[in-house]
Amino acid sequence: MDWSSLTLSLKLAAWTVVLLLPMAVVLARVLAWRRFAGKGLLEALIALPLVLPPTVLGYYLLVSFGAGSALGGAFEALAGRPLVFTFEGLLAASILFNLPFAVQPVQRAFEGVPKDLREAAWVSGLSRWQTFRRIELPLAWPGVLSALVLTFAHTLGEFGVVLMVGGNIPGETRTIAIAIYDRVQAFDDAAAAAMSALLLAFSFAAIGLVHFLTRRVGSRHG
Amino acid sequence: MAEGLRLRLRQRAPIPLDAEFSCAPGELLALVGPSGSGKSTLLRCIAGLNRAGEGLVACDGESWLDTARGVDLPPQRRSVGLVFQHYALFPHLTARQNVEVALGHLPPGGRAARARALLERVHLEGLESRRPGELSGGQQQRVALARALARDPRVLLLDEPFSAVDQVTRRKLHWELAQLRRAVSVPIVLVTHDLDEAAALADAMCILHRGETLQTAPPFELMARPRNPLVARLVDLRNVFEGEVSSHDAGRGITYLNWRSHALEARHQPQFAAGEKVCWVVPPASVILHRRDKPSHGERENPVAGAIGELVVLGETASVTMLVDGADCRLTFSVPAHVAKRNGLDRGGEIRVSLLAEAIHLMPWERLDGN
Repeated sequence: MDWSSLTLSLKLAAWTVVLLLPMAVVLARVLAWRRFAGKGLLEALIALPLVLPPTVLGYYLLVSFGAGSALGGAFEALAGRPLVFTFEGLLAASILFNLPFAVQPVQRAFEGVPKDLREAAWVSGLSRWQTFRRIELPLAWPGVLSALVLTFAHTLGEFGVVLMVGGNIPGETRTIAIAIYDRVQAFDDAAAAAMSALLLAFSFAAIGLVHFLTRRVGSRHG
Repeated sequence: MAEGLRLRLRQRAPIPLDAEFSCAPGELLALVGPSGSGKSTLLRCIAGLNRAGEGLVACDGESWLDTARGVDLPPQRRSVGLVFQHYALFPHLTARQNVEVALGHLPPGGRAARARALLERVHLEGLESRRPGELSGGQQQRVALARALARDPRVLLLDEPFSAVDQVTRRKLHWELAQLRRAVSVPIVLVTHDLDEAAALADAMCILHRGETLQTAPPFELMARPRNPLVARLVDLRNVFEGEVSSHDAGRGITYLNWRSHALEARHQPQFAAGEKVCWVVPPASVILHRRDKPSHGERENPVAGAIGELVVLGETASVTMLVDGADCRLTFSVPAHVAKRNGLDRGGEIRVSLLAEAIHLMPWERLDGN
């Protein structure tokens, strides 16, 4: 059992959730209620990681994060270290490939909040921010919870993109999914089996939690 | 300072509007019109949820919208109480919390007590901690009303508030609204497509058609004296006919009217010249059946004969369609069902009626379909 890779995976998943979720909420709300040119294109881009082979996504991220790229160069100039094959690079990649898992459930949830509830809040004197905090967000909460759990679980399990962008550096970029592959390559079946079972159990629990929370919050609103 | 609500709005798109009305404090104005006539749009313009192309919305002399001066206050600053058609209660909050949301102008400590008092006022004591999903339609409507009143609004707007409840509840809520009006002295604008509801509750009715306010008047006046045949049709007056003014007798207060083969006497309406083509209307209640069992002197007033084309008994009332001069001219009126029975009224039977001269109302001429 490779505890450091499990810790790294949890750390990556936690940071991904913390950074991605607020962005996803803002993005999802815009997509749910605003109409603007290029909205369809934006939605397609966000959904892309769902269908793109992880290695392809990983390849493009590797190219765009590399020291020769504008983004990679800028990061290296600021942080004094490269973006690829580092935890920060992995985190950036993780945020990108989790976009659909975070945005889509929240968007569906916002779309399900009737427009007249927001209007009722405005007419009752609530500002746009108060309306968001007291009416929209509580009503969209099941979607936010789903996004949280899905993003977390998906980050733990992602393999292709992580390997392409992060490589396999113990303590820095070797996540649990990479560690399982690594153990299988080394014929360490016991460790691979233990870690696989752990991920399986975790994923199953995550899905169960999403269902439970959505139903509980849903019935509260009924 | 101008008291109450004043509105004047014009726009071409997305929904054409050409509307103008005012509503004094304590007055209940019903906006009436077929669906799609722009009633709800006008209400939303008052609340600031829609922005009209150009015009003015002012309350107690304060401009909420004045396109000429670039004034357009957001809903939060307009001090309106709005009851939405489907109430728009916040499903995750209790009845009390729903009301508290609109109490932001009070210090936090005083909100709960005030919300309870408001719920009590709409007869919901004991149900404060229920969520909307646990309340009946009528109870939800009351929560919505309490929430609308919570801000101490300067205008109360009701968007078809009775359309989603059953008949019994509706009658009860009508009664409660009539009571509430005595306690609330702000302008109240009620949107409805139910003419009976509007006539029963409103001080004034404003008839709306394709975004245009055609006539604003007290209900009885509107029903008796529509401005033109379109208004007559919109308030469901069926006895609208074409005729020609023959002469006036100012001394006797009579205008003589030629209608088909009949010479009718009408209330004196000198604004129409002798020889002018007009449309005219007589309310069903002013069509008096000549009863075989009880002849009276009134029978000399504008007598008209014809055959019964249709007779429909609905409960206590029989609705009679009389064919004048053959099938193409229909005069409608109602009699109590027992009168219809006692006088042996039946399809095809010949009857005579009187049209009360005082009730005959002339309107500018336009071509009518069907008679």
